[in-house]
Amino acid sequence: MERRQVITARPARKKINLKEQLTLHSMLLPGIALATVFQILPMIGIIMAFQDYNVVDGFFGSPFVGFMNFYDLFMRPDFMQATLNTVIIAFSKIVCITVLSIVLALLINEIRIGAIKKTVQTIIFLPYFLSWTLLGNIMVDMFSKSGGFNYFLSFFGVEPVSWITSNTWFRTIVVASDVWKTIGYQIVVFLAAIVNIDPALYEAARIDGANSRQLCRHITLPGIMSMIVLMSILNIGNIMNAGFEQILVMYNYLVYETGDILDTMAYRIGLLQVGQYSMGTAIGLFKSVISCVFFSASYFLAYKVKGYKIF
Amino acid sequence: MENIKFNKQHLKIAPSRRAFLIINTSLLVLFAFVCLVPFLNLLATSLSSNDAVNAGAVGFLPVGITGTAYKILMSKTEFFRAFGYSVLRVVTGTVLSLVVITLGAYPLSKTSSVFRGRGFYVVFFTVTMFFSGGLVPTYIIITRLHLNNTIFALILPTAMNAWNMVLLINFFRQVPKELEEAAKIEGAGHYRVLVQIVLPVSLPAIATVVLFTAVQHWNAWFDGTIYMQPAKLPLQSYIYNMINEANTLRQNLTSSPEDQALLATLPTKTLESAQIFIAMLPIMLVYPFAQKFFIKGLVLGSVKE
Repeated sequence: MERRQVITARPARKKINLKEQLTLHSMLLPGIALATVFQILPMIGIIMAFQDYNVVDGFFGSPFVGFMNFYDLFMRPDFMQATLNTVIIAFSKIVCITVLSIVLALLINEIRIGAIKKTVQTIIFLPYFLSWTLLGNIMVDMFSKSGGFNYFLSFFGVEPVSWITSNTWFRTIVVASDVWKTIGYQIVVFLAAIVNIDPALYEAARIDGANSRQLCRHITLPGIMSMIVLMSILNIGNIMNAGFEQILVMYNYLVYETGDILDTMAYRIGLLQVGQYSMGTAIGLFKSVISCVFFSASYFLAYKVKGYKIF
Repeated sequence: MENIKFNKQHLKIAPSRRAFLIINTSLLVLFAFVCLVPFLNLLATSLSSNDAVNAGAVGFLPVGITGTAYKILMSKTEFFRAFGYSVLRVVTGTVLSLVVITLGAYPLSKTSSVFRGRGFYVVFFTVTMFFSGGLVPTYIIITRLHLNNTIFALILPTAMNAWNMVLLINFFRQVPKELEEAAKIEGAGHYRVLVQIVLPVSLPAIATVVLFTAVQHWNAWFDGTIYMQPAKLPLQSYIYNMINEANTLRQNLTSSPEDQALLATLPTKTLESAQIFIAMLPIMLVYPFAQKFFIKGLVLGSVKE
């Protein structure tokens, strides 16, 4: 009985104006066309991972080999190492950037002189807008044997070391330079969240006699906690993204052992070696599938926990 | 009056709090300075003599100051041709992308009861955001379409940027419905409403997207290195190739006379640094003025209530 009432209570559906609908659809045409050609077609091209692809026979004529490529891949020790490197580097980046950006945002928020606050924020944010070709090469030069880093260390009596070709230091340099380049973004997001906190809360707490440390601990931090949780969840989706462009610029064959990641390996094997398209595609697919699982899980979690929606 | 107020405020701050503020501010200024060190080192290297750079004697300040690197750079026509190609790429790429995502964002900013089929498009674009075919298949598709060594290889694949489109969708949603409805009663179609009503009130969002896209195109380099021939390399790809080739040669050269002669023709570290510095310049000049749009866009892109 109740159920029927609900149904009848529903307002009549709006009349559809067909011409208007077609106009709206036509607007999406260019976007759909481009996405189909440059994103959907490559997804179909994934069948190459299950073929022994050659240029002459193409996508549909090349011999089908099933999971052969993956079998070969999993037998390769450098593939296992690259997978491990990918996760280690990506995970270290996520942790370092999350922790440091929270700390820095809280501290920058405490600067009382507006001009200094703005300048500090501007400088920290600057590298975010420059490319890895430029920044990566600056880093390579800085950490080479005759580079700036050794020059500064020489004041402390440290002998020059070629840091960038050292397997002990390569990952550290990669993570540190990524922090340098990208941390400004998360700091800005957290600072914006701090600005959004209701000033009345601070007033009330001050009247109750709270000191600055208590304000930070009991108002600012809880005020941005929701954003911290959201950003952390979304960052988990990047667990397979160790930074292709960065590594490609910064690594050299001496540090493949610690610095080679799945993306760079797919590039070297798939595009730089002749006739290895299928193997390169297989590495890319392996990464894409795991990445997609983590991405979906993180966005699903963000939606469940924080009601976050992309569209 | 001013003075009294100042004193009052001063009195309120406890000594421990003041100590914290001073130390905190100083440390953050120091941290910001450390973030600048690589740039200072780069500039100093580009202005130093080759011998000083090779000896590892350059820190913040140029050693044996000389403008030779910049003078050589001035005579390098490839550098400026690449610079010009990058400008072409930024302009065409940004215009194309803006048209595509603005057109797409308008219908998707409507509810699914107004725009039937919205759900399908949302799923479609979400799939492209979450999964990719990977590098090799994309490369093969672009090669098979014969886009290699044309500007289209650089601007078409990234034109439909779903994340930027989401940013616009969010802005378009905030446009008051009354404005659109009034225009519709006057007989305006959707294209007209978009161009004459929605776009003019969304200018801040458009500015943000334009800046994002322009910076992305200026900074993109990997696509250039795999799709373009030397005569059509954008600046960042040109720099990558130049340094990458020089480094590979340096590693493989022996001490034989021929190899040493070849080594002398390679670009020096000072010349490399000068080129990197000039390539950074456009962003560094625009950035202080554009920063507020960037921040607005970043915050809107990630912080959505």
